[in-house]
This record gives sequence, C-alpha cells and structure tokens, in this order.
Amino acid sequence: MSERLKSPTRRNLLKGGALLSGAALTGAALPVRADDPAITNLQPWMQELGDGVDAMPYGVPSQYEAHVKRRTVEWLTADRVSSINFTPLHELDGIITPNGLCFERHHSGVAHVDPAQHRLMINGLVDTELVFTMEDILRFPRENRIYFLECAANSGMEWRGAQLNGCQFTHGMIHNVMYTGVPLRFLLEEAGLKTNAKWLMPEGADAAAMTRSIPLEKALDDCLVAFKMNGEALRPEQGYPLRLVVPGWEGNMWIKWLRRIEVGDEPWHHREETSKYTDLMENGKARRFTWEMDCKSVITNPSPQAPLLHRSGHTVLSGVAWSGRGTIPRVDITLDGGKNWHAARLDGPSFDKSMHRFYFEFDWDGTPLLLQSRAHDSTGYIQPTKNELRAIRGENSIYHNNAIQTWHLRENGEAENVEVS
Amino acid sequence: MLKFLSILATGTLLLTGSVTAGSFNLGRAATPAEVAAWNIDVRPDGQGLPDGRGTVEQGDEIFAERCAVCHGDFAEGVDRWPVLSGGDDTLTSDRPVKTIGSYWPYLSTVFDYVNRAMPFGDAQSLKPDEVYAITAFLLYANDLVEDDFELSHENFTSVLLPNEDGFYMDDREASPIFKKRDVCMTDCKADVKITARAQVLDVTPEETKAAEGAQAETEAASAELAPVSLPEPVAAVLDDALIEKGAKVFKKCKACHQVGEKAKNRVGPNLNGIIGQQAAVVSGFKYSKALKKLNDDGLVWSDENLDAFLTKPKTFVKGTKMAFAGLKKEKDRVALIEYLKSHSQ
Repeated sequence: MSERLKSPTRRNLLKGGALLSGAALTGAALPVRADDPAITNLQPWMQELGDGVDAMPYGVPSQYEAHVKRRTVEWLTADRVSSINFTPLHELDGIITPNGLCFERHHSGVAHVDPAQHRLMINGLVDTELVFTMEDILRFPRENRIYFLECAANSGMEWRGAQLNGCQFTHGMIHNVMYTGVPLRFLLEEAGLKTNAKWLMPEGADAAAMTRSIPLEKALDDCLVAFKMNGEALRPEQGYPLRLVVPGWEGNMWIKWLRRIEVGDEPWHHREETSKYTDLMENGKARRFTWEMDCKSVITNPSPQAPLLHRSGHTVLSGVAWSGRGTIPRVDITLDGGKNWHAARLDGPSFDKSMHRFYFEFDWDGTPLLLQSRAHDSTGYIQPTKNELRAIRGENSIYHNNAIQTWHLRENGEAENVEVS
Repeated sequence: MLKFLSILATGTLLLTGSVTAGSFNLGRAATPAEVAAWNIDVRPDGQGLPDGRGTVEQGDEIFAERCAVCHGDFAEGVDRWPVLSGGDDTLTSDRPVKTIGSYWPYLSTVFDYVNRAMPFGDAQSLKPDEVYAITAFLLYANDLVEDDFELSHENFTSVLLPNEDGFYMDDREASPIFKKRDVCMTDCKADVKITARAQVLDVTPEETKAAEGAQAETEAASAELAPVSLPEPVAAVLDDALIEKGAKVFKKCKACHQVGEKAKNRVGPNLNGIIGQQAAVVSGFKYSKALKKLNDDGLVWSDENLDAFLTKPKTFVKGTKMAFAGLKKEKDRVALIEYLKSHSQ
C-alpha cells in the first residue's frame, strides 16, 4: 500500500464484489437491496422545526454521541477523588482531543479555583520574589502550541500481559490540545534568576498541593504557563485557571491550578518523584527523573471497543502516534502479527511533541488478523516490542510502557487485546 | 538527555547569561508573610523544616485519630489505600510493596507530603509538632526507630531511610532500544502465536446497555423509596456539649464524609439528615450492593442501628465499601450520633 491516498484498484473492487452474494457484476459491483426506509420514510427532522439558536448557549454533542465519554476503571484506585479516567481514543479522529474528553487524573479531586483569588508566586533563588494576578499573566506575550500530555502510567496495567480490552483503557491517559500561554522563561526573567538557580518546583493550589522538580534548562526551553486549551479557558479538571505545560514530559509534571514556582539549586525529591513516578527495575533499583515520554503508537480503529461491523471489504485502519522527543515521520503497520509490515499514511499536521494521525487502507478478506503499529520518531528511535521492553525493564516499573500493542481481529470483526510471540 | 545530565552534574548550566530581568515590568514584589504562607516545601538536606518535635507515642495517637481510617492502625493500609509500612525485601519480587521503609529514599519526603496534602480531605490542618510526631510514628511502624524516639528539626537529617541508594538517574538512552535503527519489513518471522489474551483476565469495566439500565433502575427505585412516609421528625432537644464532642469525633469521618450546609458527596455520601433517613438514598452517590440491600429491606437509620454500624461497619453491613474500622468507645459513638442529629433537624 502506498503512502498516498488513492482509490481502490479495479482488482480490489472485483475481489470485494465477489464476496457479495447476489450482486450483479455489471458496472459498479454493488448489491441490489430492498428500498431503504431511511430514504423512503419521512423522518421527523425532515418535517418538524428544530431548536432555535439559543436552545443551547454552550453547545454539546449530538444525543446520538452519548457513548463518547471518558471512562474509569474502578478497581485501579481506592476512591473516585484520587483517581483516573481515560480518553475515548477509539471515538476520535484527527489530532485534537475535545476539551470535555481529555482524560483526568487528580490526587485530591478537581479544585474549583476562583480566578479573581488566584495568584502565581515566584520565589526562591530570584532577584525579586514576585506575585502575579491572572490579569498580569494576560499582559505577557503569548504562544500557541499543540502538545500531547501523556500520563507516565499510560499502559501501566499492561506490563504483565494483555489486561484491558480497549485502547481507551490501555492507551487513554493521553490528550492532545492547543495551549495558549506565556513562555515560562518570561516569568522567570521578570523575577531575575540568580546564578546558582538550577531547578524549579511548580506547585498546585489544590488540596494535594502537587509538586515536582523540573530542571531549569527545560523551563527555559519550551515550558508554558497556559490559560487556554483549544481556544477556551482551561477546564477545571485540567487546572483552571492556570497550568504548567512541560512539552513531551510525563503528565504528572504539568502542574494544574499552578500557584507557585520556587527556584532552587537542587531537586526537592518530593512524593511524586520518589514514591511514585520512579521506574522500579528487575534488580530492585529504580530509575528516577524519567521525564521524556518515549515514542509510542496505537491502532484506535479497529480495536476492542471499535469492532469492524462491515466485516470484509475495503477497510480504514486508523491510529495515533507521538514522541516526547520530536515528530513522527513514519509509522509501520502489520496485519499478520509482525511477519510483514507496510507503511501507514500520515495525515494532518505534524507538530513537535504532538499526536500524529495515521491511516492504513486495505481490503480485508475477512480472515483473522493480528494488528500492530510501530512508530519511528524524528530522532530515529523505533517503538519497541513488549518483549524488547520487558527484557530491559522487567514487569514492575509501572511507568513508561511504550511497547507495540497487538489487537487480534476475529472473523466476526471483534477485536481483543493480545500478545504475540 | 545524557548530554544535559552531564551538564547538570558539572553544575555549569550555561543559561543564566542569556536571562535578563524585569523586561515587562509586570507583577509585584511578594511580601515576606506571603512567601512564608506558601513556602512550606522541605528538601532532603532539611531546607524548609519548621521548628518542632514529636514522639512516636504522640504520633501513634494522632495517627490513630487522623490517618488510620485509610492507612490502618499500624500503617498497613485499609482496602486499596496506601500501605505505609513493611514491604522489606519485596522490591525484586513479583509484587513489590513500596513503603516508606522499603522504597522511599528520603524522610523529608514523608514530612513534606504529610504536611502539604494530609489528612486526605483536611490538608494543611496539622501543626508542625503533629507532623513531626506522625513522621516519628511512621519510622517506628517501619522498625526504623525505637518506641521512645523523638523526631525534631534538630535530629531530622540524621535519620536515613534504608533505600536511599536504591535510585539512579534515568539511563534509558544507553539501552539497546535506543541504538536500534533498522527494522525488518518483509518475512520477518515464520510463525506468530498468541501468547496472552485480555479475555483470560477479564478485568475490563463492563458497560453494556443492560448494566446501564440496571443502574438507572436502582436510581429510579431510590427516588421512589426516598419520600416514603416517614414519621414527621420531632425536633428533639440536643445536648450542645455532646454535639461539640461529636464534632471532634467527626474529624475521623471527614476524609470521606461531609455534613452541613454545603456538604457534598465525596468518597462517602453527605450525611445531612442521616438520622431517620432510609439507608442508601442520598442522590448522586453510588452505594455498594450491601447498602442497596439495606434500602431494599427498608432500613431507616436510628440511634440504635447507627450505633451498631459505627461499632464495626463491616460486621453490621458485610460488603460495605466504607473502609473505616469502627469506633470502639461507646461515648465516641454517642457523641457522634448526637452531632449527626444536629445536622438532621
């Protein structure tokens, strides 16, 4: 299959047509059916007046899209307040995640912060310890950037084997939105960094007062203090009114409800970078400060929550790929569990540290398939298999599982999360 | 990345030269009191520790009152709440138990976290001496100090945790995965076998139409049951002193329950009007099957059955998701029930 979008060949059409019983193979090979009541019946929306313009001042999706929602896995955490839910990747296309579908992870629930009472303080190793109001923040120059945010524990339940049936659950701790924000460097420059400044500690205003240590080089490179996502104010569950954006690095560092940034000369070794978000290896030692999110991809359609209802014939396979180290120039697809690979077609914008969308169009003959995607990033890194990753990491590290995912597609079009030899 | 780390190690970040201060003239200087109010973080070298002290014995008492509801009397963890003690020699096992004693590298992390985020639902309510005492108790619970130990800002940095050397800087980029540059595209393997399947484990959340329907049914049933003709509540004369004592006992419940004007459902349902209320009827709260069964049986919360429930929740309602171990002292239960009554009229 080529990487360019093209029409089915005559050979493929004939092959597809042959599977349709009773089809007259004259001209276009399409079956003759009974009249479709969707056409012959008058539907209510064709006759009755619809809602007026103000029926919904803030619009929501069609009532027929109610199944498109974030979902949680209850047994993962002790309660709903310090918990996680997952983005329905199998229901989305393109590269942007709608704001209301961005996965949530809170440690002490969603703080509802009054922006008039919100302050951002910069203290520590600076010339002048400063306080900014939201109005102050809005007077700095802004940038618009599209970045993915992935929880370091995304796919963390899959280390020991195939566990959850659905890319929402195996890969849904990720979202990709456009942020509008102030480069963090501008705020730090305003306070004036002392020469021994090396680390930052952003802190949230929620009841978890979440903190992480971030090296100064990253802060000065591409971090943003964001107040908008996809053009509108941050959602409360994403840190309204202010969140830190740490492009390509693990989601836990993107402090929500950002109220303070301390500048120091050493890391703080706080709870979220010692007890959690460290990667335990087989020998009992643990990697710390594993910040970058490795190159990764997943086929979102078909997948266990998105079966191929049409059975055989022309099929659109789709998925997403991303890397915390750059862009995605290439994705490979296999239909047979890795015996043979094909180039996927990347479509849509390609931004640094953003999700990329890929497609692979093929003529499914209706036999079972073992589907995998393998992403390459702009540094040359190639997404590893689960076994390659486990050989180095063991099975206890929870975080940073970027292994190739396999879906077993059965004759009936249903898919299951599996591992292959 | 590696290059960057080596820069860090040598301590020469060649970046500060490019930084110029004060170019937009925005914001204002923070006052010392403002910085002090928020600057509560503590580092392994002791920077940020407030003056104070607390003993294992004091910590034991505070822990039992404020922490044990989730973490257990011996920091062993209740249900899926974090285990804080034990786990020795498990880091190389199939099921590592990562506790303060077995995994955490620095004691300052314990102090900082308890001080900023605990108790769950009542953060930053502990005084420095209480945080020292709880930290001392957690050391004791992990067999790292004797029962007569006192922790203070003076001896804090002399206490080392066993796993301090158990961590090393990210070295992913040195692994063979980062060296790989070529991939096979055709005839890469002769045979492919399925070696693991999700359906064997079957832990994916069920969400069929039937399940959603069943939940809607339960909600409808609750709605129907809620207004059953309960006797008109008679405003009883309550004992203010007892209510005050009950308010103190309620601290143990606050991690999960709210009561009062703005009370919302949290980990547990809000408890406004609980006395004289039918079981499992607070709207918007997802009850356990066990509590729903009490509703089916028509149980109405009274002094007597609430007392029995609070004595040992899991004995009174087998299958409740309330993790609380229970109130052993009768006078605590009586005071708490009086307090809840004051929010039931």
